[in-house]
Amino acid sequence: MKRFIQQTRAVNVVKRFTCGELVELLTAYLDDALDPPEREGVHAHLAGCEGCSRYLEQFRATIVALGDPPPEKLPADLRKRLMSAFRERRRS
Amino acid sequence: MGSFAGGELPSDDVIVPALRAGDEAMFAALLDTWSRGMLRVARSYVPTDHSAEEVVQDTWLAVIGGIDDFEGRSSVKTWIFRILVNTAKKRGVRERRTLPWSAVKDDGGTIAGQSLDLVPPGGWQDPPAAWPTPEKEVLASEVRGLIGEVLARLPPRQRIVITLRDVEGCTSDEVCEILKISAANQRVLLHRARVAVRGWLADYFEFARQPD
Ligand SMILES: [Zn+2]
Repeated sequence: MKRFIQQTRAVNVVKRFTCGELVELLTAYLDDALDPPEREGVHAHLAGCEGCSRYLEQFRATIVALGDPPPEKLPADLRKRLMSAFRERRRS
Repeated sequence: MGSFAGGELPSDDVIVPALRAGDEAMFAALLDTWSRGMLRVARSYVPTDHSAEEVVQDTWLAVIGGIDDFEGRSSVKTWIFRILVNTAKKRGVRERRTLPWSAVKDDGGTIAGQSLDLVPPGGWQDPPAAWPTPEKEVLASEVRGLIGEVLARLPPRQRIVITLRDVEGCTSDEVCEILKISAANQRVLLHRARVAVRGWLADYFEFARQPD
């Protein structure tokens, strides 16, 4: 019986968040930096909240878009100068 | 030594001796892997592309000059980005674009388009509108172009953190090490920046792309 109560209590340790609070936790959530009751609370909230679920989805899409920047290159002459500076180093 | 173009760099215990031994393929690999990110980060500190290129150049010269003394207390990548940030900061100050790097509250707060109380206390009144499916090539390239503009609008410290984390794919530990900030501070800056960028993308999808 005692054991049962402890388990019940453990299950109940889930934090409740408002939508505003939830949105503020998303970066910590995605970094896996929340403690277990908070993480459970986020899951529980998302399961029942369409607005926050969509927000999270767009948050993720934003991160994906950020990780796909336009191509960029070191100008060829600068690259050449640096390669020869590296080569020169051995001789000095 | 083979080419690493497009592949993963080897570990630091391979990189460091190779650089010390004058391995040009290894130096070229680092140059081609990290210079792009270095240019992007440098641009958060200095006003022009030209200055950013000089910052990257001076950083690599410092790496060439300093590799024999590298003590391995951090990773090579962190070490190089740390030199970059210090070089860029000095240059940014000289070019009168001083970064208020010491004052946390400076851009931990709100700016236009970046609302902290995005969601009213009672919950979403209008849940965020759906975005168009990003499979379309056109959309992807539009968004890519937009991101560059949007990053430039962020407060400098947010821009630097989001550039390192989300554009360059650094871990949060690496960012803390490079910028010498706490994990909590890093997370706040990153979160503010992501909220702002998402908000600007949402505005764009809602208004700029309305079919007429
Ligand atoms: Zn919600």
